[in-house]
Amino acid sequence: MAVMRYREALNQALREEMEADEKVFIMGEDIGVFQGAFKVTAGLLEEFGEKRVRDTPISENTIVGMGVGSAMIGLRPVVELMTINFSLLAMDQIVNHAAAIRYMFGGQVKVPLVVRMPQGAGHQLGPTHSHCFEAFYLHVPGLLVAVPSTPADAKGLLKAAIKDDNPVVFIEHETLYGQRGEVPENGGPMRFGEAATRREGDDVTIIGISRMAITAQKAADVLAEEHEIEAEVIDPRTLRPLDLDTILESVEKTNRAVVVEEGWPHGGVGANLAALIQEQAFDYLDAPVQRVTGADVPMPYSKPLEQAAFPHEEHIVHAALATFRDL
Amino acid sequence: MATQDATSKEKDAQAEVPGGEEIGFGEIKHGLPDADTCRTVLSKMMLIRRFEERAGEMYAKAKIGGFLHLCIGEEATVVGGTQALTETDYLMSTYREHGQALARGTHPNAVMAELFGRVDGCSKGRGGSMHLFDWERRFLGGYGIVGGSLPLSAGVALACDYLETDDAILSMMGDGATNQGTFGETMNLAALWKLPVVFLIINNQFGMGTALHRHSAVTDLSRKSEGFGVPGTRCDGMDVLDVHAVVTEALRHARDERRPQLVEAVTYRYRGHSMADPEEYRSKEEVEEWRERDPINAFSKRLVDEGVLTESEVENLDAEAIETVDEAQRFADESPFPDLDSLYDDVYVFSDDVPAWWTVDERSPEVHRGEREREAGELPHELAEKGAAYAGVGDHVQRKRRTPRDQDAEGEQQGPGEEDEDEAGAEASGTGEPEADERDETGGGG
Repeated sequence: MAVMRYREALNQALREEMEADEKVFIMGEDIGVFQGAFKVTAGLLEEFGEKRVRDTPISENTIVGMGVGSAMIGLRPVVELMTINFSLLAMDQIVNHAAAIRYMFGGQVKVPLVVRMPQGAGHQLGPTHSHCFEAFYLHVPGLLVAVPSTPADAKGLLKAAIKDDNPVVFIEHETLYGQRGEVPENGGPMRFGEAATRREGDDVTIIGISRMAITAQKAADVLAEEHEIEAEVIDPRTLRPLDLDTILESVEKTNRAVVVEEGWPHGGVGANLAALIQEQAFDYLDAPVQRVTGADVPMPYSKPLEQAAFPHEEHIVHAALATFRDL
Repeated sequence: MATQDATSKEKDAQAEVPGGEEIGFGEIKHGLPDADTCRTVLSKMMLIRRFEERAGEMYAKAKIGGFLHLCIGEEATVVGGTQALTETDYLMSTYREHGQALARGTHPNAVMAELFGRVDGCSKGRGGSMHLFDWERRFLGGYGIVGGSLPLSAGVALACDYLETDDAILSMMGDGATNQGTFGETMNLAALWKLPVVFLIINNQFGMGTALHRHSAVTDLSRKSEGFGVPGTRCDGMDVLDVHAVVTEALRHARDERRPQLVEAVTYRYRGHSMADPEEYRSKEEVEEWRERDPINAFSKRLVDEGVLTESEVENLDAEAIETVDEAQRFADESPFPDLDSLYDDVYVFSDDVPAWWTVDERSPEVHRGEREREAGELPHELAEKGAAYAGVGDHVQRKRRTPRDQDAEGEQQGPGEEDEDEAGAEASGTGEPEADERDETGGGG
């Protein structure tokens, strides 16, 4: 095991897959000379040259669309978007084209494209650079969606995304880029659709999405220390495909579930998971499924407001305790 | 009032073709190619004309659903442009693309079957009129979003360049697409990265029902790309030889010099934007005026005048086109609807045994009622049958049955999988009739 930062793990994944396959190339705004807005692509231009590390103009819809077109012809593009908010400019290419092309043309082509983008609040980037939109992409058949929360997952899942023949929306988290973690030496690609159980427990299942998987673990420690509640923390790692089996098995054991996400509540990941859990494990539930979400507002800039607008440990502890309210 | 002004201005402008003088509209500008080529070009244009006329009839008879956009009047642009491509070049188009598919060599049977929504359609009935696709002939679609195909075509050009081939792509769009953001973005990137792409604007004078001068501040569309670094030229879109010559030259620049080009073909569509278009935005006289410049009549006449073909040979070519279209219609009618079990095919490429379900319906296909098994038995198939019964079609079609597991195991290319035709037939007849009645009550038939 080597200890490295989340951004370094992503960088390694890109480097290794570019070394392994000439058809893998990366493009995006300021990923080359500038080395990436979050330095994920540092050093790659120098190593692979301008043909394979392409700085683009600020034209999100078109650079994603060019990724789709080149993927149809057999290349394996990895497009970086500077934040998930900017991916909304590319929504047409991601949803109407990348996700639909294989299906609407009767399976004649595939679109092995990866679109990477960071999301999340915490850096005071305000109402156009701080949101969490995994729920948008989770909605779309034809896409795969990854939300890695650790350096090891970031590397393993990005390698898998690049090797996969489907279009992948790969959602990183801005506040995790500097986090350190153990990453297996010479680790291969991980498999999509395998949740990680970050902490075992018998009393309540907490499912944390993206960074919230980390926050959920901290909340679980508080629950154990202060309330004698042993929470099981599950990080789905990918939302399409979703490892529902691991979640359901845990809920059948704990009989309680809390879903934690940073995005908005209406139509969110938590709403979807709560529906699936009650549909498929209703008889096992001792309490309504609880959701912890970001506030239902555009993200404010001012630090205290911003901090108040996304979930922290206390919110999760509170929600977990609520599942015991009737006891 | 604004609309009235605009309409009257439009009428004043009727007699003129925008840029007509510069283009040399209607003049003879090029010598004829060899006789075989002349014959090929004429028969392709005739095939497209006859095909589109038939498609219009089939739409009226409800054989074709959804939207239907015909390219009658634009045949010279479609054929002239496509003929400039080599066999390994790529072609991409908009949603008005039956002609492009036919010009590129996609079998008329497969195109008509696609319009009919049948399994033998060139997109297996998934795409319909707006989403034709033929990988073998490098015809890369058929896109329903105006301007959506432009980035894709630049991406294809990037791949041609990246893979160090000599291939290029001809990317066709309508005049309306020049107002989309992707137009400027794509021009800039194509020029910046020196990509082998030629953009062909099929300027048929209208973005749906909005006349060119009412939707574009600059009506010389060949100039709209210049500021982005892509030089533009115009050609007479009613003259197949002119389109061919100008696009050929543009492709040479794009391919050999890595300088992307834009060509504006000035043409006209005789029919409405789609079949649901009352055409209140233009006069009959205007349409008639353009019909007098008909590209097929003009080219046939010239071939006869110059002794390449006799009049009866021209008539024979037209008769052949009609026969081909008859056969396409027959073929499409006889082709089955797609197997209902194929509903979930090709949403994803299944390349390894991912231990989770991919779409909600794969796991709980019966409207989320707590199903725990991935293989839900016959229920999803029964529900699919019931769904199809709302359309009042398909219950006569012989079906193949598969389980979701079979689909996973088939990997990337789908195959027939497990067959259980007897059972399928029995169920189809069992569920078809009552649902047809129910449809009338609910009004769900559409």
